[in-house]
Amino acid sequence: MEKLQLSNEDFQPLHIDQTESEKIAGESTSYWKDAWRRFRKNKLAIAGIVILLLLGFMAIFGESISGHNYRDTDLMSTNLEPSSEHWFGTDNLGRDIFARTWDGAKISLFIGLMAAFLDLIIGVIWGAIAGYFGGKVDEYMMRIADILYGLPYLLVVILLMVVMGQGIWTMIIAMVITGWINMARIVRGQVLQLRSEEYVLASRSLGASNMRLLFKHLIPNTLGPILVTLTLTVPNAIFTEAFLSFLGLGVPAPHSSWGVMTSEALSALKHYPYQLFFPAFFICLTMLAFNVIGDGLRDALDPKERK
Amino acid sequence: MAKYLLKRIAYIFLSLFLIITVTFFLMQIAPGSPFASERKMTPALEKQMEEAYGLNDPIHEQYLDYLVNALTFDFGPSFKYVGQDVMDIILRGFPYSLVLGLEALFIATGFGILFGVFAALKHNKFGDYAAMVIAVLGISVPSFIMATILQYIFAIKLNMFSVARMESFADTILPALALATTPLAFIARLMRSSMLDVLNSDYIKTAKSKGMSQRIVTYKHGLRNALLPVISYMGPLVASILTGSFVIEKIFGIPGLGSEFVTSITNRDYTVIMGTTVFFSVILLFCVLLVDIIYGIVDPRIKLDAKGGEK
Repeated sequence: MEKLQLSNEDFQPLHIDQTESEKIAGESTSYWKDAWRRFRKNKLAIAGIVILLLLGFMAIFGESISGHNYRDTDLMSTNLEPSSEHWFGTDNLGRDIFARTWDGAKISLFIGLMAAFLDLIIGVIWGAIAGYFGGKVDEYMMRIADILYGLPYLLVVILLMVVMGQGIWTMIIAMVITGWINMARIVRGQVLQLRSEEYVLASRSLGASNMRLLFKHLIPNTLGPILVTLTLTVPNAIFTEAFLSFLGLGVPAPHSSWGVMTSEALSALKHYPYQLFFPAFFICLTMLAFNVIGDGLRDALDPKERK
Repeated sequence: MAKYLLKRIAYIFLSLFLIITVTFFLMQIAPGSPFASERKMTPALEKQMEEAYGLNDPIHEQYLDYLVNALTFDFGPSFKYVGQDVMDIILRGFPYSLVLGLEALFIATGFGILFGVFAALKHNKFGDYAAMVIAVLGISVPSFIMATILQYIFAIKLNMFSVARMESFADTILPALALATTPLAFIARLMRSSMLDVLNSDYIKTAKSKGMSQRIVTYKHGLRNALLPVISYMGPLVASILTGSFVIEKIFGIPGLGSEFVTSITNRDYTVIMGTTVFFSVILLFCVLLVDIIYGIVDPRIKLDAKGGEK
């Protein structure tokens, strides 16, 4: 057995610095910082954001890059394959598909974002009021929402389009009339949960008004689910636009939209499949980008839901 | 249960009443007359036509007539096709749509559940990621684009199916697939996350620690409970297949209810638009009710007739 050498010093008490243990090792993070850190790790979602930025850039500048515009017909060069002159080819009226694609992008993105934005405003206010006041108010407000929710969304939009006629704004309005309900339901559920939290009680006992409670405390705390719903509303609106345009109820000529272009290309599918490819590809790409961003946001903002 | 059912049916009738009312008045203010065509009619003839279709009656009388007739599924004559009742048109198209819809329903639920369970069992492995990437793609490709892609590849390029025909079972495969894509992807995602939830719950651990085989735990204990969210998705699923049929039937040239609806829109054939809308709504509302009842039977924790139990 080895001989242990011990001296008196080995039996001195160690000095513990009490202040050391109180130090916070990591940097303090807020909810949003934390969410951003998680979101950044999601490569798909970041790719989605990059794609969207590129699409947005092209929607603004794409038409001028092409050297053509979306409406000029050229009957000498109809149904051309993609070439150095017409990058995506031309359609049956000789219009440049590249220019039309980005003009369509402008319209599709505008409709998607605008419809989502209006859904957001109406849905949040409706849902927050119903959830906050509860009781009879809640019951009547949600009953109205329930009845509207029971109707098939697209059917209602189609009927409204038939009545109101074609146009970008009529399409947005038709979408919003039935589209806000989803948002309202989600916000109501959240507010219903949050309003019995203690910080709300604390604020109320300090004399905060209903308005202040709603806008300062309750709505900011439901921002996570709102944001997720919002990103998932946009692709839905873009789909609806394409769907309506496809049925011939969408954007009036000469403007293009991806739905209009797909619909026009369908009749010539057998001979000119590239005419279908470009608009169809960009519809899918945009919807995909929004979907992966929405998924990423949900994972980042709600760690409990993380699978 | 009986009380709950009665209440729900009462609500359905309320919703239907609203739908009929709204569509009736929407069609009243819709622009264009049903008789407007390239050929100019003499005023006398136009008057006679309006008389024959009862368009000269006061609005409230027309409305009441319509409401009463709608109860017996009599939506009046078509404006565009002389001598045809709206109900004839609906009944002519409905069988095609029904076959197509049911087929899509089976594809979507069957494969959706299969993919979802597969992904959950391979959680965080390659199979999971692959299945979920495919699912996101499926959600992002609209049904009408899926339809054109399928049509181009399988009918035009490979000649495996006919481009647009509705005669045999083979003709329904492509449209049903196109119709099923988006709901299939939704169900796969839903199924995956609920399966993961269930597999992490305590009773599964208990079953495992009792020494049951992995297979029995997964399929007998896990799958059954994980199916619940999918069942509650059946309502929106029916709606999605229903509206999806509008474009799919147009693309594949199927003479179903969806393409009838689209044609009536282009024709501004108001009675047909109203009739099909009401008919679609009836189907949808009753499907949702059916789903709720099934849900209550499958999940005994949910009491349908309990107070506040309906939502």
